[in-house]
Amino acid sequence: MDLKLEHHTTDGIEVVDVEGEIDVYTAPRLRELLIDLVNGGHYQLVVNMEKVEFLDSTGLGVLVGGLKRVRAHDGSLDLVCTQERILKIFRITGLTKVFGIHDGVDEAIAARKSEK
Amino acid sequence: MPTVEMTFTPLPAHVRTARLVATAVARRSGVPEALLDEVRLAVGEACSRAVEVHQEHCPAEPVRVALTGAGDRFEVVVTNTAVGDDGMTWPPQPADGQDPAALPAELGLAVIAGLADDVQVSRNGDGLSIRMSWPSGPPAG
Repeated sequence: MDLKLEHHTTDGIEVVDVEGEIDVYTAPRLRELLIDLVNGGHYQLVVNMEKVEFLDSTGLGVLVGGLKRVRAHDGSLDLVCTQERILKIFRITGLTKVFGIHDGVDEAIAARKSEK
Repeated sequence: MPTVEMTFTPLPAHVRTARLVATAVARRSGVPEALLDEVRLAVGEACSRAVEVHQEHCPAEPVRVALTGAGDRFEVVVTNTAVGDDGMTWPPQPADGQDPAALPAELGLAVIAGLADDVQVSRNGDGLSIRMSWPSGPPAG
């Protein structure tokens, strides 16, 4: 399974749908997309990981890199993930405290809107 | 003698293959289904790290992976032959805590340490070996 990336705008927030495996081979494509979005002026991002089958530390590094980029513009990067095997790697690395992790895209958008 | 031994060119594209082979041998060696995700992720991290140091120090040399399923443990040894791989600290050091989004210097090793209950890192000839093991039951099929 390769990596499939799509994105769309909902309520002014850019939602990135990720499907497949994020590893040392595929993570650069996600990194490029996040950089392109930030360079295009999108600073409120939600990364939907519900269809991610595998995530390693390279993928985590890309997500943290994206978070730093949007924060430089007072933006945000929230995650959607309910899969235990993916959540586990966030817990091991302590990144559950760094990212807002939500049960669905609607919840992530609502949480972001309520903070504004 | 390892159950399965493989070498691969140090390219990121081959790490997935190594993960898939390791997971298949683990399953066949009787590693419980609940632990297979941990095997897959830990082997991927070890191989990714090996690919990274090989690309920096010795891109023509292959990465070696030995998988042994005999006995009551399933053991994986990922060996790199990168002479310059001398910067690793084990166990991995946590981030300094100043920046909430700061990552440990060797995030992959931090993940391995969190996944495998038995990990040993040792100098092996020119490079480093990461040895990991998980409990296994009677071999499947």
